[in-house]
Amino acid sequence: MSTQGPLVLVVEDEPQMLRFLRTSLTTHGYRLVESTTATDGLAQATARNPDLVLLDLGLPDLDGLEVTKRLREWSRTPIIVLSARGQDEDKINALDAGADDYLTKPFSVGELLARMRVALRHVAEASSSVDEPVFTVDDLKVDLGARQVFVAGNEVHLTPTEYRLLTTLVRHAGKVVTHRQLLKEVWGPTYVEHTQYLRVFMGQLRQKLEPDPAKPRYLINEPGVGYRLKLR
Amino acid sequence: MRPDPDALLERVRAEERKEKRGRLTIFFGAAPGVGKTFGMMQEAGFLRDVEGLDVVAGVIETHGRFETTTLLAGFERLPRKKVQHAGILLDELDLDGALTRKPRLILVDELAHTNAPGSRHTKRWEDVEELLAAGIDVYTTLNVQHVESLNDVVAQITGVAVRETVPDKVIDDADDIKLVDLPPDELLERIREGKVESFFQKGNLLALRELALRKTAERVDAEMRAWRAAHGIEKTWAATDRILVCIGASPYSANLLRAGRRMAAGLRAEWFAVNVETPSTLRLPPEDRARITQNLRLAEQLGAETATLTGERPAEEILRFARERNVTKIVVGKPRAVRWRDRFGTSFVDELLLGSGEIDIFATTGEAEKIEAVKPAKQPARPQSIGGYAGAILVVGTATGLGFAFFGRNELADVVMLYLLGNVVVATRFGFRASVVCGVLSVLAFDFFFTQPYLTFAVSDLRHIVTFGVMLLVGVVIATLTQRVRDQVEVARKSEMRTALLYAMSRELSRTEGVIPVMRVGVRHVERVFDAKVAVLAVEKSGAIAVEHASDELDPPITADTGVIQWVTSERQNRSSTRGLYVPLPSGVLAIYADDPKKLDDPEQQRLADAFATQIATAIERARLGEETERARMQVEAEQLRSTLLSSVSHDLRTPLAVMRGAASTLVEDDEKLTNASRRELASAVLEETERLERQVRNLLDMTRLESGAVKIVKEWQSLQEVIGAAWSRVESRLGGRVVKIDVPGDLVAPFDGVLLEQVILNLLENASKYTPEGTPIEVTAHKRAGEVIVEIADRGPGVPKDETDRIFDKFHRGPSERTKGGVGLGLTICRAIVSAHGGRIWVDNRPGGGAAFAFSLPLEGEPPTAGELPEIT
Repeated sequence: MSTQGPLVLVVEDEPQMLRFLRTSLTTHGYRLVESTTATDGLAQATARNPDLVLLDLGLPDLDGLEVTKRLREWSRTPIIVLSARGQDEDKINALDAGADDYLTKPFSVGELLARMRVALRHVAEASSSVDEPVFTVDDLKVDLGARQVFVAGNEVHLTPTEYRLLTTLVRHAGKVVTHRQLLKEVWGPTYVEHTQYLRVFMGQLRQKLEPDPAKPRYLINEPGVGYRLKLR
Repeated sequence: MRPDPDALLERVRAEERKEKRGRLTIFFGAAPGVGKTFGMMQEAGFLRDVEGLDVVAGVIETHGRFETTTLLAGFERLPRKKVQHAGILLDELDLDGALTRKPRLILVDELAHTNAPGSRHTKRWEDVEELLAAGIDVYTTLNVQHVESLNDVVAQITGVAVRETVPDKVIDDADDIKLVDLPPDELLERIREGKVESFFQKGNLLALRELALRKTAERVDAEMRAWRAAHGIEKTWAATDRILVCIGASPYSANLLRAGRRMAAGLRAEWFAVNVETPSTLRLPPEDRARITQNLRLAEQLGAETATLTGERPAEEILRFARERNVTKIVVGKPRAVRWRDRFGTSFVDELLLGSGEIDIFATTGEAEKIEAVKPAKQPARPQSIGGYAGAILVVGTATGLGFAFFGRNELADVVMLYLLGNVVVATRFGFRASVVCGVLSVLAFDFFFTQPYLTFAVSDLRHIVTFGVMLLVGVVIATLTQRVRDQVEVARKSEMRTALLYAMSRELSRTEGVIPVMRVGVRHVERVFDAKVAVLAVEKSGAIAVEHASDELDPPITADTGVIQWVTSERQNRSSTRGLYVPLPSGVLAIYADDPKKLDDPEQQRLADAFATQIATAIERARLGEETERARMQVEAEQLRSTLLSSVSHDLRTPLAVMRGAASTLVEDDEKLTNASRRELASAVLEETERLERQVRNLLDMTRLESGAVKIVKEWQSLQEVIGAAWSRVESRLGGRVVKIDVPGDLVAPFDGVLLEQVILNLLENASKYTPEGTPIEVTAHKRAGEVIVEIADRGPGVPKDETDRIFDKFHRGPSERTKGGVGLGLTICRAIVSAHGGRIWVDNRPGGGAAFAFSLPLEGEPPTAGELPEIT
């Protein structure tokens, strides 16, 4: 990893938003490349090869989904989409098309940085040759090698499906995984519409893993979008 | 000069009507045999061959002529309808067949033909009207002598009166008139050859030809004038002439009307036909009254505006009407016979002349078809009972007796008084005839008993002759006057009855709200008064007719009477068809269908119908305005609500913005002066206010979206625990240390929209947080109960005032302490909207021990999915 901060490509047409991002991100050691249009953004991505892309969904020339698809054609760079409309279909579609996470405006700088960190960490882990065999967050421990799950030291028995579900979320730990993605990764492309049944499994998982299933600590439900395994 | 807007509108309407109607082309000729039928078929044949037009021959009279028959062979023939009448089988136009076949063009010969009894219409031109109304073009033929207004002129020329006529209006409304002209010599040649049978002489033919040419020219002229009027070209004629024709029961009135029409046409003036109803006309025999109605009908057909006036003195009424309507010329008939009454006083014509002032009076004889004796005297309508005569005799006898008893033969004056008194009694009790008889008997009795020589009818003192004369005269005058009083009473009674009926309806109408109820009331009253079935029809500008309201079990014959209905609507005059009477309303027609349609032809009934129609029309107008006012009022209310929202929103958005701006500007401008602590505090303020502002905006957006119906609810079976947990995660940081206890079974599922319900729970949690002191607990529970799921969010705050438990969910409702806390008051409204959309209910109760418990229900419909669909992975 370079000693400089990671290079972030910000594709955003709102000047004030850029100002805020510029100020806060540079304060935290990130280097910035700015684009105000999608076309320019794509060009910059190709030219500069950033470590992370912050993509606004309301760009004038292309919609976020299109940009995500094009980027994903040749790059595995993490993409975080910024959406201004709470129930944006675009957001979910972008996630399904390969974006890593999302933020809904207005967001605070803390939220932004947290998501960025998660996204970058995944890249780092993916590029390193060592696979983390054990995943831990708070009282939850998942031993990927031994295929065992522990909550507060006690082993929890999961069905194969539940295990697969958990490990998918672990693989994307900290990032949101859409219903579609989950269904696809666990059951395959045929079942991508079975959201209701997914919930049943998630409910079972929650029962088994959460100290208080009503107040989930790990398995966060984001209605309309998907699930997220929350890191501290 | 600008074109008269009303006339223009009429033109436009006429154009529109024309578009839907078929085109009528009349092949017009001076006499039979000029070649109208032949010419018609030639034209139609051309269209058929060259343009491929769908032409059908409806009725063609070949009269055995060879060329005509040959041409006919080339057309598709519509089979004739056979009608049995008086033992003979007649061929008529099969109207229904034609309407079913619906060709583009149909050929119908002899427009003036009268149909056999049992046909739908009496006249063929009425059949043609129906065909035109159905959008079928018609070619037809007509001779000049069949034109209504020319009828008597032709009779004069040829010496033969023709029965079958076609109203001028039909001809005027025709789209095209083709004059088929043949020089008389040629025509006579054809007659000689036997091609045409005719009884005309050359002189006649010339005159007829001229008439036909004139009629055609008139039409061209009319078209040109219409063109000029539409283009606003200065009228060059004295357009201010208005003609009034006085008509009565006399058959000569018909001639008078035709003369009036010619005058009006010649002067290019409007004209009226007026009948005056006096007490005496009430007593006319039914045939005379029918003739008055016929004459009025004829006047309408000829294009006059008709009116029926009432009054004692006809001349006075006519003059008043004439002045009101700016009539310039009045046409009356010259009296046939001089009536004895006229010798003593002023005749009707004289009265008219005296009072006419600047109005010209024309007295014309008109041309007679046949001489009919005019009844000089009016016969009383009431038959005289025998009792009346007996009473007269009795009274005279009594008077005689009393005369002897009280006065004797010396006080003759007093005796005369007794007889006169007797006359008065008889006049009031027994009527006109008895009174006249009484008068005569009184004279005789007086002569016999009281004058010398006594007990004879001889008279010795010739002065007594005068006495006799005066007695007789007075007797008759008394009889006449009393009769007149009774007649006036009758007129008044009828008028009063009419008023009473109208009043009854008017009263009920004034209490009725709404357009349809008003129509219902109106129809009911008209039904009762006319003993008929009634309908209110609406007529669009396009001519489409719809039934707005009708009597039970009444299917108004709209299609059959379409022409009449549309005519009534545009001309704003009454018109009857064989089926019923149609009276104009503001945007439609009041249709009255009596069992005996003739009953409705009575002028009295027509006037009554008019009066009712006017009342109903006013009431409908009022009801319509009422409905509009209501709509406007609701709009105003909506406006007010909107402006309340705007001012509320304005305040609630500006307040956090103000804080943010203030704090941020201080941070920027006073940067050097601020301590770190201050800076942090200001920045915190800005951050907090963004949260508030965000909530405001979110609520407003949600409310707008929900109200505009832009939100679609996607229900899926989900876990309550999951959605509550999601809401809690989002709001956890803002709960200010309040502990939230969530008690929801993990397997409790219900069908709902996750995103929207998360919003509901979020709002309720935020609400609980806002109105309770810091650190107080909030409890969230959910359980299943009888086909629904109940979710409750309870706090330990001040609770909700008893009277606000419903209103609290209303838009913009704020509690008393809310001024400081801000918030447009939409949060709970949004919750209610979402819960309602799910089919559930939301409510709030106060908890025992203090605090508010908000709860909502979600109906459980259908079966929850088990994991079954998704296979277990091995």
